[in-house]
Amino acid sequence: MTTLQKVQDIQETDVEIGESRLSRSLFYLVLILFALFFLLPLLWMVVTAFKPFEEWLTPNWIPMNPTLENFTSIFNDKSLPVVNWFLNSLLIASLFTLVILIIDSLAGYAYARLEFPGKNLLFGLMLATLVMPGIMFLIPNYLTVARLGWIGSIQGVIVPGFAGVFGVFFMRQFFQSLPKELEEAAYIDGASIWRTFFSVILPLSKGPLITLGIITFLTSWNDFLWPLLILGGDRQELTLPVGLATLQGQYTFDYGKLMAGALVLTVPVLILYAVFQRYIIRSISMTGIKG
Amino acid sequence: MATTNVESINVSAGTAARKKKNVSIVPYLFIAPHLIFFTAFLAWPFIYGIYISLFRFDFLQPNNRPFVGLRNYANLIDPGSVQFPKFWNSLGNTAEFILWSVVPLVGIALILAVLLNRNYPGRGLFRTIFFAPYTLSVTVAAVLWWWIFQQTGIVNQALQGFGLKPVNWLGDLPGAWVAITICTVWWTIGFNTIILLTALQEIPKSLYEAASLDGANSRQQFFLITIPMLRSVLVFVLTITLIASANLFGQPYIMTAGGPADGTQTVIYRIFFEGMLRGQMGTAAAMSIFVALLLMVLTYLNFKFFGQTEQQ
Repeated sequence: MTTLQKVQDIQETDVEIGESRLSRSLFYLVLILFALFFLLPLLWMVVTAFKPFEEWLTPNWIPMNPTLENFTSIFNDKSLPVVNWFLNSLLIASLFTLVILIIDSLAGYAYARLEFPGKNLLFGLMLATLVMPGIMFLIPNYLTVARLGWIGSIQGVIVPGFAGVFGVFFMRQFFQSLPKELEEAAYIDGASIWRTFFSVILPLSKGPLITLGIITFLTSWNDFLWPLLILGGDRQELTLPVGLATLQGQYTFDYGKLMAGALVLTVPVLILYAVFQRYIIRSISMTGIKG
Repeated sequence: MATTNVESINVSAGTAARKKKNVSIVPYLFIAPHLIFFTAFLAWPFIYGIYISLFRFDFLQPNNRPFVGLRNYANLIDPGSVQFPKFWNSLGNTAEFILWSVVPLVGIALILAVLLNRNYPGRGLFRTIFFAPYTLSVTVAAVLWWWIFQQTGIVNQALQGFGLKPVNWLGDLPGAWVAITICTVWWTIGFNTIILLTALQEIPKSLYEAASLDGANSRQQFFLITIPMLRSVLVFVLTITLIASANLFGQPYIMTAGGPADGTQTVIYRIFFEGMLRGQMGTAAAMSIFVALLLMVLTYLNFKFFGQTEQQ
């Protein structure tokens, strides 16, 4: 299967790319233009961050007198504990993702494949919340979290998000696409629902689980309004996005310092992304070949 | 059928009380962990939100919150009320952003996914680049594009370099929408692209091979195989994009503060302003529910018009 697939891929490459030199150059030109659209703004952030004050408003893409002063002035400001913010964001996003993967794959499987009274009603309710603006839950949930005494705490940031239905919806769509014969064979062999789920279904779900995991992690990592409301009172315990907003509030027109701050907050994310991205590509291509 | 087996397994597992009706509790154990949180933080606040919307619920006056019935809603459709002009202005702005953003967010994502679905050297690198901005926070994306579109920013410097007049992007319309739309497309399109790419890779290659043997060219293959096979995923992507665009908040909050003259104040921004800044929770809750109903109608129409062939 693997070899056959590779042979097919190679043939396809020959047919598609080998069409003509002109269409091939055009294809790469389009790709490169898109790549520039995504890369140049990031590059401009980096360039601005290393420019001294006098060069902020000049359009040179290479700083004439590169400097670290934007970074040092941020790090020397004791009121901006960037490391704390980073660790907070990491802890919150990791815990959140772990729990979401467990509870959403369980629920998604039940809504996709198991029959039980009330299923359509519950799933209909969940679909309905999917189209509701998050802000309509903001005020009542804030009051609930306050009543639980969770204002200023990590559980106050994380727990309400467990209610989200996107992951359930996503996993259900995937489970529905699996052939029913898999489970039927397991049931005939006498396996229970739990066993079927954990040893037949989940091993086939690595790709979607990783995709959902990354999407969930990033959503939590980037969340802005809710952590601002819950943690906003204590500057030491902010998350990165809320911290950056604080930075913007403090250095509104200090473009260099703002871009240095944005860069400090972006680089760890892009490193994490590079690690996850390699994993997701490998797992997708592996399931593609094996599946 | 799996159902029959599911029931028989649970009978043998000994759920005695339910034996007669043959109703298994196992499915409920699967959904319970999620359902508990769903009830506490999505179902309950929905009811509580409706409750709040029936009061003049001033955050700063806990002892003076009289029941006002549907007056908060009536104010939204009464042209003479204080809320009316700003609320409908914000709804119009949100609709305008949906018109600006949805076509590029779905259309360009599909183009990117198709470009990434071919085999060529460097494909992985391009995929990494296209998805990269999605990893950033809205604050990073918005602060970055706010800087790029400043009057002294790089876009205006480029325009001047070509001998054109600088544009007051963030302080004028439609310049502000252009800036917010480009920021949003740049920031979020990787998400749609990855979902579409994953779906493209799941289309069996044998379909394309059979089509080539029958003499179908790439364009015919795209419209006769790719699009029909992607249909349900496209409806899904279109729907979540509509919802995401209707929920626009962070970009105008950081880039334009809703300006110029409330010209980019979206409905979520309006609700935030009314509830969190003015403390008028009752009015804000009524607005939220009004918007929720609008969005549900929109989603329904979306599935009705674009999702129909799914059943065939």
